[in-house]
Amino acid sequence: MIPPIESTSQSFVLLRLGERRFAVAATQISELVAPSRIFRFPHRTPKLEGVILRRGRIVPVCDVAERLLGKALTSRRFYLIAVRHYGDKSEWVALPVTGDCELIAAEMTTAGEADAPHVAGWISHNGEVIEVLNLDALTPGLEEASMSGTTAVLLEARS
Amino acid sequence: MRVAAPPAKTRAAARTEQIILFRISGQPFAVSSASVQEIRSVDSLSGAATEIDQPTIRKVRHVVRRNEKALYVVSGAAHFGLPPASAALVFVLRKTRTALLVDGIDKMATMTRLQALPLAYCNEERVWYRGLTALDQNVIPVVNPEGFLTADEFALLDASLLPESLPDELAGEGMELPE
Repeated sequence: MIPPIESTSQSFVLLRLGERRFAVAATQISELVAPSRIFRFPHRTPKLEGVILRRGRIVPVCDVAERLLGKALTSRRFYLIAVRHYGDKSEWVALPVTGDCELIAAEMTTAGEADAPHVAGWISHNGEVIEVLNLDALTPGLEEASMSGTTAVLLEARS
Repeated sequence: MRVAAPPAKTRAAARTEQIILFRISGQPFAVSSASVQEIRSVDSLSGAATEIDQPTIRKVRHVVRRNEKALYVVSGAAHFGLPPASAALVFVLRKTRTALLVDGIDKMATMTRLQALPLAYCNEERVWYRGLTALDQNVIPVVNPEGFLTADEFALLDASLLPESLPDELAGEGMELPE
């Protein structure tokens, strides 16, 4: 017996990376911003370029194009600020994109076992089948957010 | 009639931290001034330092004796994987047997907020840094003084030392910082 295909109707943000389009659940998107200065410092985590300052927060910039397209982006027009979950915590991550983003409503077909871990599902839009990204699998991070010092430390606490 | 509460005359002073902004291979870093015991010129070390050859820990090339203990001189450039640069100063760090080679000091500053390293960073850098701070529209990593050498590395370095190989104690030519 063939199991029924699970589908849900929800909002997605379509983003462009080079010639391809991908989708992210709209609930995971915070905003789309113009590129700003990237602050770089030594580290050993692949795919992270550095951090940007956004609304007083320090947001890591993660270029996902290399994993999705096989090559890094040569130009970028915006950063898509998305929410990335780390266990029971969540933080912003900035994804460079090469074009405008679009908000659409669509039904998602949940990814199957054969799909890559970064694929959350598939949607159909204007005759195109588009991958819905699972940012938690696509971007690096501590899955066990139990290390000490993982939350912002305010030194401004009143003495 | 409701009377608005008068504004507080004095606000409790915000907790802040004094930091030293410095560079290694041109890259800016910060360290709490409370974790730096002394700042010396590299020249003042040259007579007191002994070469050490531990192939698995290339970032440590010299050791000096201090208060009957071995103080390991760590190349900041090698530790952070930066291009080699000629270091002019060495920070003798408190509460750890580590001294750090740096290019030079930019300035002292006051840090009002230390933000944890974003969770996207998930490798050695979590030990290297206490966090990040935004200062004058820049984001600077604040180094963890205890993150330069692990307990295993200290053990390896200690084991490679001969008792008589350490020269006389470091002479006092540096700038001592108050605790």
